[in-house]
Amino acid sequence: MNMREKIEAAAARYPDRRSAIMPALLIAQKEHGHLPGPVLEEVSDILGVERVWVYELATFYTLFHTEPVGLFHLQLCDNLSCLLRRSEDLLRHLETVLGIEKGGTTPDGLFTLSTVECLGACEMAPVMQVGDDYHGDLDIARIDALLDRLRAAAGQTTGAELAAAGPPGE
Amino acid sequence: MFEPVLLRNMDVPDGHLLSSYEARGGYQALAKALREHTPDEIIDLVKQSNLRGRGGAGFPTGLKWSFVPKRADKPKYLCCNADEGEPGTFKDRIIMERDPHQLIEGMVISAYAIGAKTAYVYIRGEYVLAIHRLKQAIAEAHAKGYLGTRILGSDFNFVVHIHCGAGAYICGEETAMLDSLEGKRAQPRLKPPFPAVAGLYASPTVINNVETLVCVPHIVARGPDWFRSIGPDKSPGPKLYCLSGHVRNPGLYELPMGISLRELVEDRAGGPPPGRRIKAVIPGGVSAPLIPERGLDVGMDFDSLAAVGSMLGSAGVIVIDDSTCMVKVATRIIEFFHHESCGKCTPCREGLNWVVKVLRRVEAGQGAPDDLEQLEALCKGIFGNTFCALGDGAAMGLRAALAHFEHEFVAHIEKGRCSFH
Repeated sequence: MNMREKIEAAAARYPDRRSAIMPALLIAQKEHGHLPGPVLEEVSDILGVERVWVYELATFYTLFHTEPVGLFHLQLCDNLSCLLRRSEDLLRHLETVLGIEKGGTTPDGLFTLSTVECLGACEMAPVMQVGDDYHGDLDIARIDALLDRLRAAAGQTTGAELAAAGPPGE
Repeated sequence: MFEPVLLRNMDVPDGHLLSSYEARGGYQALAKALREHTPDEIIDLVKQSNLRGRGGAGFPTGLKWSFVPKRADKPKYLCCNADEGEPGTFKDRIIMERDPHQLIEGMVISAYAIGAKTAYVYIRGEYVLAIHRLKQAIAEAHAKGYLGTRILGSDFNFVVHIHCGAGAYICGEETAMLDSLEGKRAQPRLKPPFPAVAGLYASPTVINNVETLVCVPHIVARGPDWFRSIGPDKSPGPKLYCLSGHVRNPGLYELPMGISLRELVEDRAGGPPPGRRIKAVIPGGVSAPLIPERGLDVGMDFDSLAAVGSMLGSAGVIVIDDSTCMVKVATRIIEFFHHESCGKCTPCREGLNWVVKVLRRVEAGQGAPDDLEQLEALCKGIFGNTFCALGDGAAMGLRAALAHFEHEFVAHIEKGRCSFH
């Protein structure tokens, strides 16, 4: 299915097409990596809804990115359960080894580093989400091993292929 | 000996698949419900069970269902709250990942009771594996006739759709969730009208938490007396507790409602790491006021925790040991609420902004002598004056930290530094 067909399939689940804006934005972001203005306008046109309705959702919910993010988005939880298990040390380590501050993207476009609120996986704190996957019980050695695996994965494939693979649910 | 029921399929290989669920008696409660009971009888069973909502508020589930008008011109909706954003909480994710059919069975029975033909499961978007597993389970259930038209040969029709959230704690507030489902920014609605009368698309709507819904098949199968035999009579049933923070064995535990917090933390979860002592425990996610160590002999149920000024909330139990700076804990909690404030009402949006500024300067050792009075004045301006419970939760959490650990805040201000770092 192309993007329009996927969005139409999502819209069929609701009695009101406005309800399909969120699923449509998730579909569009999966397709384009992020949600620049023209993509938001395309979503608005496909659904036949007001542009402002699409813009207001894209800028309200934190999983929507109106600016580009790296191929791997490292989302480190820094809420209480992870903080108590020393997520701050992991953040400092990631900033050092990647040479960026939180919120930044490495110059090669591979990694964006963010802190996020509770990921709902506190039993394996400290935890970090990368793309669709949760990585838990992290320490510095595991972070380093994970970065190595991600770099190797990026070397073996192109960003487009990784993005096209999509989450396991689709 | 307490026998876990909600987590009984957790460690079964491929427990998320329909074949595995059926092999362990799955969907037999649904068959019984459709065969032996009218919708009103199901509502009565749930009322008799005293099941109270597991999302945090503890409202009686059967009573909530009974508010749905019997005759309505509009379609009725069931919404499953699987947004699970309360920090320290991970029970719904684990149920959906490992036993999604249990949730589906609970939803079909609940929808039959209230007369809904459509349900939306609002799952936070980060829960990719849970979304995948639930999608797969819905497809399996359709293929076997547990969902769709004429379910198990009855004249009941019902479908379930998944709606993925996109990162907003406020969506856990049920009316904000409805706005989000309608394609709007998630902001709480003024009540009344209550969702049971005018909810999703202004139609009668019941919103129940994942854990609440998975209790329903067991109540139908084993009866309300069985349910009420577990835990306190006014707050009964099996309960999922999420243990995290400074404990040796963090994880998800199913135990009776009302178990003592001390037993839960010290015995079940193994207590604090070697050489450390427990300082305080947050019993129900960061919205629930913390309890200092000396108060741990309290029952983990809605009424017992309310009586000591805290709350069961989502039963996200976060254990804090004596190596921890409570100013830092309070600051991080308020930063969270500030970040997640939806912006609709002024006391929460502006008040939390000021609270964060004051807390950050106190934590950094730059606090002013009157900062604790400032914090209390801000809490007073927020508590009870906000549209929804988000602002209240923030104010209550901060007040508890100030009440029990004021000396740490004072030390930060007087010494100009943190004694823990």
